[in-house]
Amino acid sequence: MSAVSFSEAPKSKVDRKLVQTLGFMGIRLITIVTILPILGIVAYIAYKGLPAISWEFLSAMPKDGMRAGGILPAIVGTFYLMIGTAVFSIPLGIAAGIYLAEYATDNLWTRMIRIAIISLGGVPSVVYGLFGLGMFVLFFKMGISILSAVLTLSIMTLPVIISTSEEALRSVPYKFRVVGISLGGTQWQTIHKVILPQALPGIVTGIILGLERAVGETAPILFTGATFFLPHLPSSPLDATMALPYHIYVISTQIPGMPITIQYGTVLVLLVFVLAMNIIASVIRSRARAKRQW
Amino acid sequence: MKKTEKWITNTIRIAGSSSIFFVMMIFIFLMREGIPALHDVSIGRLLSKRWYPIEDLYGILPLISGSLIVTITSMVIALPFGLGTAIYIGEIAPQGVKEILKPLVEVLAGIPSVVLGFIGILVLSPLMRTGLNLPTGLTALTGAILLALISIPTIVSIAEDALYAVPASYREAAYALGATQWQIIWQIVLPAARSGILNAVMLGVGRSLGETMAVMMVTGNAPTLFSGLEAFISPVRTMTATIASEMGEVASGSTHYRILFFIGIILFFFSLIINVASSSLSVRPKRGKDQVVS
Repeated sequence: MSAVSFSEAPKSKVDRKLVQTLGFMGIRLITIVTILPILGIVAYIAYKGLPAISWEFLSAMPKDGMRAGGILPAIVGTFYLMIGTAVFSIPLGIAAGIYLAEYATDNLWTRMIRIAIISLGGVPSVVYGLFGLGMFVLFFKMGISILSAVLTLSIMTLPVIISTSEEALRSVPYKFRVVGISLGGTQWQTIHKVILPQALPGIVTGIILGLERAVGETAPILFTGATFFLPHLPSSPLDATMALPYHIYVISTQIPGMPITIQYGTVLVLLVFVLAMNIIASVIRSRARAKRQW
Repeated sequence: MKKTEKWITNTIRIAGSSSIFFVMMIFIFLMREGIPALHDVSIGRLLSKRWYPIEDLYGILPLISGSLIVTITSMVIALPFGLGTAIYIGEIAPQGVKEILKPLVEVLAGIPSVVLGFIGILVLSPLMRTGLNLPTGLTALTGAILLALISIPTIVSIAEDALYAVPASYREAAYALGATQWQIIWQIVLPAARSGILNAVMLGVGRSLGETMAVMMVTGNAPTLFSGLEAFISPVRTMTATIASEMGEVASGSTHYRILFFIGIILFFFSLIINVASSSLSVRPKRGKDQVVS
């Protein structure tokens, strides 16, 4: 730090204040330019999409080559994908988080696990799609199905749930563990009865954010479970399904003469879905923070 | 009692190591489907300049060049905005403003890429066409702007952590020497946080390189090799977009199919290198800060 000198230039104090004022103005401007598009995009989609929203739009099958009617199968499909992903990724993710926070010692194997989690988190979504196609669709012969898509999305969601679970468990103070063990509990009893309840809000927040990502993804389901159009709702996990993100891609690029209101309406439904999850996660997090006793 | 405890502990141990298993599975299945491509097409042909699968021309250079143009341009746009916003949130903003800005940045992180692609087609690309007087608004630059929006939340969040991790004593010492807040930010905090900022950029590059839907929807999908400055305002085709748009139309097991998997292997290794390298740079906030989960 010896190279730093604040009085090197013969600038007066007023100059430095001026530089600071201008600099702060610049930074504020940059922040505004960054934030405005976010608000703009959400507001614009709401404005253009709201006229399309009606009970029929949400609850009817598409008609007339999807140019009329509703988007029920896409909504239901997205629900199925979310629930299926939750079923596989939540137990595995929490268990792995518990392992890293409570059991793992700092050795080579643990470091390999951490590198694996980081790698899983960085794999491009379309590569997950290829992997799902190669492993679930073709090798295990599950075909283009909800099951294949759900397994692919689960592995993609896993790193988010593992890291947030570990983080939440680690933030529970050490003394909780000491007290649990000293009262005669085994390690698992202490984790199960004492630590997990304390860490639960953090874990739930992580789960919601992980599932939010899964719900909005298109590329991983592109060749594993999504289909262009389904005349009925999927009736088994081995059926392919429509899904909101893929549907948006289809109606905005593949179908000529698609009414613009329906396009914006569909986008609005997905956006509300995703932002609602986002808001729920924030609320859980801030309420838990306010209630925390440590 | 003892038996259940042992059973549960073992289950948790296995779950803890599942990430390693999944990374290996992704690796194995990409290799299994993609490596045979090298029997069909020699490395020399693969590294040629034309991608035209219908005529058996599988040169992937234009795709790599497309990915690089879009990614680098997006970083040039995203870095000043992301870093500026992080500086504002971390160093300048009053507490109340901070509490509003952070969730807003998380909202941007939650907007699905297909939704940004949709806005790109309907709003951004017409603006580009008329604004820059181009024959088409579907260009590398259009994709780069969307990618910048997608990677800004990552950059803001990691860069802010890095700024936060700079010890308070550095700032206090500089204050005591008579520095203004602006001088402290530029001459003390930013240099001290540089490895964290580099990490933010690397993860931003990782996100951009792997992003699929938004890029596919707005870059015009023309596989052309970089040939001068007009490449920025011409249509391009990225590696991810090629996989996503062509995989649906190829017969499984064909040369074209295998080469798409081979491109997936390249993407997989790119992301692996970027993420593992950046994790060695990452700073964990030490001042007991509640981490923004994202």
